[in-house]
Amino acid sequence: MSEAVHAESEAFHTEDMTISMGPQHPSTHGVLRFIVKTDGEVMREAIPDVGYLHRSIEKIGEKVTWHGYVPYTDRADYLAAMFTNQGFCMAAEKLGGVEVARRGEFCRVIACELNRIASHLISVGTFGQDIGAVTPFLHALRERETINNLMEEICGARLTYNYIRIGGVGYDITPETCGRITQFLDHFESIVDEYNRLLSYNKIFVERLANVATITKEDAFQYNIVGPNLRACGFKWDIRRDIPYSVYPELEFDIPVGTGEKGTLGDSYDRYIVRIREMEESCKILRQCLQMMPKGPAIAKVARKFKPPVGEVYVRVESSRGDMGFYVVSDGSEYAYRVRIRTGSFTAMSLIDKISRGLMVADLIALIASLDVDAPEIDR
Amino acid sequence: MEAKEIYARLKKQFPEKVSGFQGEVFDPNLHVDPQAIVEVCRYLRDNPDLRFETLSDLTGLDLPKENKIQVVYHLFSYSHRHPIVIKVDLPREDPHVSTMEGVWKAANWMEREVFDLFGVVFEGHSDLRRILLPEDWVGHPLRKDYVEEEEYDGISTQRAPLVEKLLR
Repeated sequence: MSEAVHAESEAFHTEDMTISMGPQHPSTHGVLRFIVKTDGEVMREAIPDVGYLHRSIEKIGEKVTWHGYVPYTDRADYLAAMFTNQGFCMAAEKLGGVEVARRGEFCRVIACELNRIASHLISVGTFGQDIGAVTPFLHALRERETINNLMEEICGARLTYNYIRIGGVGYDITPETCGRITQFLDHFESIVDEYNRLLSYNKIFVERLANVATITKEDAFQYNIVGPNLRACGFKWDIRRDIPYSVYPELEFDIPVGTGEKGTLGDSYDRYIVRIREMEESCKILRQCLQMMPKGPAIAKVARKFKPPVGEVYVRVESSRGDMGFYVVSDGSEYAYRVRIRTGSFTAMSLIDKISRGLMVADLIALIASLDVDAPEIDR
Repeated sequence: MEAKEIYARLKKQFPEKVSGFQGEVFDPNLHVDPQAIVEVCRYLRDNPDLRFETLSDLTGLDLPKENKIQVVYHLFSYSHRHPIVIKVDLPREDPHVSTMEGVWKAANWMEREVFDLFGVVFEGHSDLRRILLPEDWVGHPLRKDYVEEEEYDGISTQRAPLVEKLLR
């Protein structure tokens, strides 16, 4: 009898399963792939495989002129193209000693903050969708559509803007557009409350995210996690405040941080709620900018054949995915010698391997969504 | 702490290993001997007055005229709010340097990227594979003398100029 039981247990053996998730999986936010090793529903490890969206943007930077590279930077992060525009232009301006027109700075901040709201809307909208709540996604995209219309009015494009130029911005923001932005803000501020009622404090949603995939501050430093993901660990750090650029020092805004209000500090819920609060702060910034905007030209005079002197510079901008670094080297010619774009998603992806161990497969989706990784930004 | 003082500290601690300080540029930088890079960086991370908690960026720079490849480390300290740039010169033919993975984990992926695009080998790296390009890619595209292969995997990488295409 005992022998028979033994034989049966030998016949019934278990083994780890290796699954390829992606690159066309809808919840991977672009073309990403994970090689997931699972023991039933529990992940042993999830190895990220990136590079499907590599377009050699850094190499292109060495082949086109300084002005001509700005449209390419759009493609580095097409959900938040304003920031890549601004990062490169700031680097070029610093190298070339160009002073940006003051009205242009305000136009930049307005465009960037609108873009931040749009990008965060995508982030929180798809967050809901990824873990099974489709309705909030549609609500988020509805608001984003309005922002897209505003952007179209500002610069003629809805996704890849090419708005910020070396020395200022391409087109001035007209008083009519300012009026429409104010209208949008009046509408949007109440929408955030609606959004909170619909999704943020929804019991199922909260329980699905609280205590999932916690990132500690030490890990965040080690892996160079930036932006909202870093702030969700309870660390108050925002490039706009701490290494200020543009006209941000003149503006008043809070920096929301994670508090672990529904679970542990630095869990997926914190990363979600930080983004919601940042949208409110962006609204504040926008209102101030619309009031403070001075008169004058929107772009400074910059030579068409822009040739900055020999040198190198590393500038940081606070993109919607955090600290984005531009390391630009000039050899004094019409072409940049080296353009390096360091993005927040790239380092966030490298953390997934560590955090994912021991999570459920479904939580991997929540983790990817909560880190707001963006495939074009990872691969460039 | 000012970059000058950081350099003075390092010079005192590692007199033979650090050199070439440039302070009058946008981002003050210094050169470190490739053999000592891990040691120096660990000191920069652990010393309470320096405390560089994070590796902001790690990238390469190809300088064929001087026949060298530079690996550039951008460090940042959140607690003291000071940055520093460290450069390591490597020979172009056979660039080798120790991995920084043991000091900052973020180096893992960034070093893979530099290996992929510049061909710098990071000794002791746990998982040195190509990251952005396919495994069977030939060459390292961010090198200045990189010549594109005529085809990859049976797909041509050449394209007729657009105007010609329209005239046909």
